[in-house]
Amino acid sequence: MAEPHFQREIDRSHMMVSDEVAIQISQMNKWYGTFHVLREIDLTVNRGERIVIAGPSGSGKSTLIRCINRLEEHQSGQIIVDGTELTSDLKNIDKVRSEVGMVFQHFNLFPHLTILENLTLAPIWVRKTPKKEADETAMYFLEKVKIPEQAQKYPGQLSGGQQQRVAIARSLCMKPRIMLFDEPTSALDPEMIKEVLDTMIELAEEGMTMLCVTHEMGFAQAVANRVIFMDQGQIVEQNNPHDFFNNPQSDRTKMFLSQILGH
Amino acid sequence: MSPTQSDSIAFVRSEMLPQKPAPVSEAGAIRWLRENLFSSPLNTLLTLIGAYVVYWLVTHSLPWLSHSVWTAGSVSECRQIITDTWGADATGACWAVIRERWSQFIFGFYPWQMVWRPVLAFVLLLVAIAPVLFSALPRKMLTFSLIYPLLAIWLLWGGSAWTELVVLAGFVLGWATYVALSKGSTLIAVIAAVLVPILWWKFAAAPTTEVLQNVISLSIPKVSSSDFGGFLLAVTLGVGGIVMSLPLGIVLALGRQSDMFLVKSLSVGFIEFIRGVPLITLLFVASLLLNYFLPPGTNFDIILRVMILVTLFAAAYIAEVIRGGLAALPRGQYEAADALGLDYWKAQRLIILPQALKISIPGIVSTFIGMFKDTTLVVFVGLFDPLKGVPDFVRADFNWKGIYWEPFIFTGAIFFIFNFSMSRYSMYLERKLQRDHH
Repeated sequence: MAEPHFQREIDRSHMMVSDEVAIQISQMNKWYGTFHVLREIDLTVNRGERIVIAGPSGSGKSTLIRCINRLEEHQSGQIIVDGTELTSDLKNIDKVRSEVGMVFQHFNLFPHLTILENLTLAPIWVRKTPKKEADETAMYFLEKVKIPEQAQKYPGQLSGGQQQRVAIARSLCMKPRIMLFDEPTSALDPEMIKEVLDTMIELAEEGMTMLCVTHEMGFAQAVANRVIFMDQGQIVEQNNPHDFFNNPQSDRTKMFLSQILGH
Repeated sequence: MSPTQSDSIAFVRSEMLPQKPAPVSEAGAIRWLRENLFSSPLNTLLTLIGAYVVYWLVTHSLPWLSHSVWTAGSVSECRQIITDTWGADATGACWAVIRERWSQFIFGFYPWQMVWRPVLAFVLLLVAIAPVLFSALPRKMLTFSLIYPLLAIWLLWGGSAWTELVVLAGFVLGWATYVALSKGSTLIAVIAAVLVPILWWKFAAAPTTEVLQNVISLSIPKVSSSDFGGFLLAVTLGVGGIVMSLPLGIVLALGRQSDMFLVKSLSVGFIEFIRGVPLITLLFVASLLLNYFLPPGTNFDIILRVMILVTLFAAAYIAEVIRGGLAALPRGQYEAADALGLDYWKAQRLIILPQALKISIPGIVSTFIGMFKDTTLVVFVGLFDPLKGVPDFVRADFNWKGIYWEPFIFTGAIFFIFNFSMSRYSMYLERKLQRDHH
């Protein structure tokens, strides 16, 4: 069992799971062509939950969180985010997307814009925030992710870890109520993984509702209140991190954990 | 490494090495020559062949160029002067033809006393495109760039300025309609903003122009399209084509990428049809066939017709160039824009197109350069282009019969200046937009 490598004490005072439902997924199915990629997904996420989704590649975990902000379309079942059901209605989709922040494996910063412009673009054009106010918010979040001095640079001039922190700040500038992380550290050099995880931990400490697809089991143990294990498009097992890691029930989970932690 | 260290594999560096200057042999002219011209037997051979070709070209063209005659009344007079000055076997360039006829190469048959109008239009063109080309200039100058097309049309063709002002009023009306209605449904606002100006132009424009013209006459003498020629014609068609084909090309490229079946098939059909047909065919359509399809009595200006077809032609190519740029963008850019809640048009305008167009700059400028040179094909529909139309006319004069090289070189040189400027500008733009350096 690998020990989580976070030195500092995690402040759990604001990590509270409320009774309010943030995301409600029921009987959801998705196909890529004829391939049944997500099968009968039922998942309820309460506000304040920090969920880590793990599983082998191709298990559908990225597709699942990409369905939550409609980057992928589901074909049957229901997804309700913050009381808005995702249908083909564009208004609902835009509403959900402005409430849900997303961080990608490859950062997906806009390379032709400065860091500051990356952060203020959506607030100005989607939220109609005045530029001055958007700039102030952007600088606030850049300071939070500890790179305010990079504001005038372009993404190509930053390291991978810095870029991912900018990407997190970019999502936060839209003041989302839910954050989705799609393998945020998988494209990073080992030295830079920690700085990104630290940022994510701070976010969790503030009570953000988070869904993270990640292989960082240390992060799962330290921060998550629930770990979901997926395989072949299905939720195979979910539990609190302590029981999930120390007492996995299904054979598939046991095998996965032994492969990912057993060296 | 010290002997004590060598018997064990353990090693600890006690101090980090500082940077040292590169060896002197990394620079110098001789090194450059050796590396670039004489690095191998094959390279040496190629260098020698190249040097011989340059020698041959210079020795064959230099005497001809150095024996230039600038003042003469005819080709035979030129030859006489060359023979008298440099001997019976000497050949020489007879630039006298350019000296005498340069105005026709530049302006065609534009009435000479009104030539200030195209000159002014050209100077204002430079003012109008400056803020478009150089972002350091004040953005307010773009207002003039927007008005410029109508101003240029008035200056070049003349007539009542009210015509252009009433057309401009149509655009203002459309904009005002959009602003007034945009509080409600965007779709209705857009449709109204398109319909109102069209109705204005169709029904109200002509009477309004007449009334205004009777109140205050803002007329300058009219010039017919058939008087246009030379570079005036080429630049008019080229600039008009460039200005209109870029937006149309962008729309077609986006249409081809669209999820909507009808939009996509129409775009693909248009692009493939236009690319599949030679430009000359389209020009013949412009000059001959288009009149059959239009209501009788419509007098649709020949330059306008040609400009429209040249635009469509260039737009099809530009659409494909831009499609390449769009395809080169990683999917993540679209996803990030979606995830932030940007709608399709905002995502295209703010995220996708700025990057796709940047990638497409070399291809777009190549298309522009090709189109500008292709404007000389209008000779086939009876217009006087600067490459064949005007020189043929000049040679029809008995004095200048049989003079070929000088007009070609003159016209070629002017085309080169225009096209080389475009090419340089595109390289400047690429450098300026480069974002991945440290």
